[in-house]
Amino acid sequence: MNAFAALVRRDLRLALRQGADAAMVVAFFVLTVVLFPFGVGPEANILARIAPGILWVTALLAAMLSLDRLFQADYDDGSLEQLVLTPAPLALIVLAKCLAHWLTTGLPLTLAAPILALSLNLGTEGYPVLVGSLLLGTPTLSLLGAVGAALALGARRAGVLVALLVLPLTIPVMIFGVGAIDAALAGLSPRPHLLLQGALLLAALPLCPWAAAAALRQAME
Amino acid sequence: MSLHRFANPARFLRLAAIVQPWCVGLGALCLLGGLYLGLLRSPADYQQGETVRIMYVHVPAAWMALFVYANMALASAVALIWRHPLADIAAKNAAPIGAGFTFVALVTGSLWGQPMWGTWWVWDARLTSVLILFFLYLGHIALVNAFDDVERGARAGAILALVGSVNLPIIKFSVDWWNTLHQPASVLRLDGPTIHSAMLTPLFLMAIAFTLLFVALLLINMRAEIVERKIRNLRRARAAES
Repeated sequence: MNAFAALVRRDLRLALRQGADAAMVVAFFVLTVVLFPFGVGPEANILARIAPGILWVTALLAAMLSLDRLFQADYDDGSLEQLVLTPAPLALIVLAKCLAHWLTTGLPLTLAAPILALSLNLGTEGYPVLVGSLLLGTPTLSLLGAVGAALALGARRAGVLVALLVLPLTIPVMIFGVGAIDAALAGLSPRPHLLLQGALLLAALPLCPWAAAAALRQAME
Repeated sequence: MSLHRFANPARFLRLAAIVQPWCVGLGALCLLGGLYLGLLRSPADYQQGETVRIMYVHVPAAWMALFVYANMALASAVALIWRHPLADIAAKNAAPIGAGFTFVALVTGSLWGQPMWGTWWVWDARLTSVLILFFLYLGHIALVNAFDDVERGARAGAILALVGSVNLPIIKFSVDWWNTLHQPASVLRLDGPTIHSAMLTPLFLMAIAFTLLFVALLLINMRAEIVERKIRNLRRARAAES
């Protein structure tokens, strides 16, 4: 457990010192969302109708964009090899990496989303569910992304490859995330969608670190 | 006698050379028979009319899309656990064939949907999950070919194939779990098929034909890959000598 906390602290410190990375993900999120009123047209009711989808899709893409940072830097400078050699279980190390990744991307995205939702004219009932669904969904994105990032280590054009591998798997997370917000806007209970999102997170929590650890081990051979 | 006897590449090549022509011949016979019965002799549906004949290609292709992925996942598990080179080659070469079947299922479904549902595509659970399966196949192909080291690509592909296998039960049960436009299962049911035998016979013939076609294509691909690796090794050895 000590190794877990130490690794999370190290990754957070690295992210803070190199600063720009997390800020860039949020900046990408903001800029892409801002593109939609220009592309679709500024009519408030159309934007309000498609706001949940826009926010979820762009948050998903922003999270994808940051996945290369999960293992690539450690792989390049050799510290990943040292991490694999530590006595701590590799799955736990992956979990720590995912937690640090979520704290520096998923959480800022979740915090930025309601502000962007204002600009898209999202209905008032949608806000708590938007934050809730992103809080439940973005950790799953980090976990699924860890599998893709670990598999693509050392591959040619790894960045595009990771998106190709991970995006199909993230579709359910997004479907239920958008479904929850839409249900709240329509005056229905968002509970079933949120519960399914929670189920996805609970399934990903033990399985993804395990698969990512297997992928890391074969990348280190 | 254990399964390990077939693990030897030389023995595999000998066996494949015997099995392959049988698969091609029997597969062609079933295909011709199935198409003849399905397209010319089977009755038109009382609701769907002649469009129902698309089913004789669509349903077996969709079955194969799942069957090939299940095989690929199984071969991947074998490759990861026993480090078997033939299993790696099987998984790698099954993926493009499976992607082909999935594509056929999607396209024929779309062609059927236009006259029946009035739309080429709907985002219901069955269609979406099969589309995800298609992307999983493409991702697998891309990942396996993305490494300079062949072994490394095969190993990464094996893990991805196992991760993606969570999609298989979702596809199978998507028509039961969600209230979808796609009709629920009418052949593989606990209480027996709900299709008349005049339609069931050509459907099964086509399914057998597609399975044999898959085995034949897989064997051709695997033999080609084994020979290719041999040639590469010979070239490398010669380059090392000179």
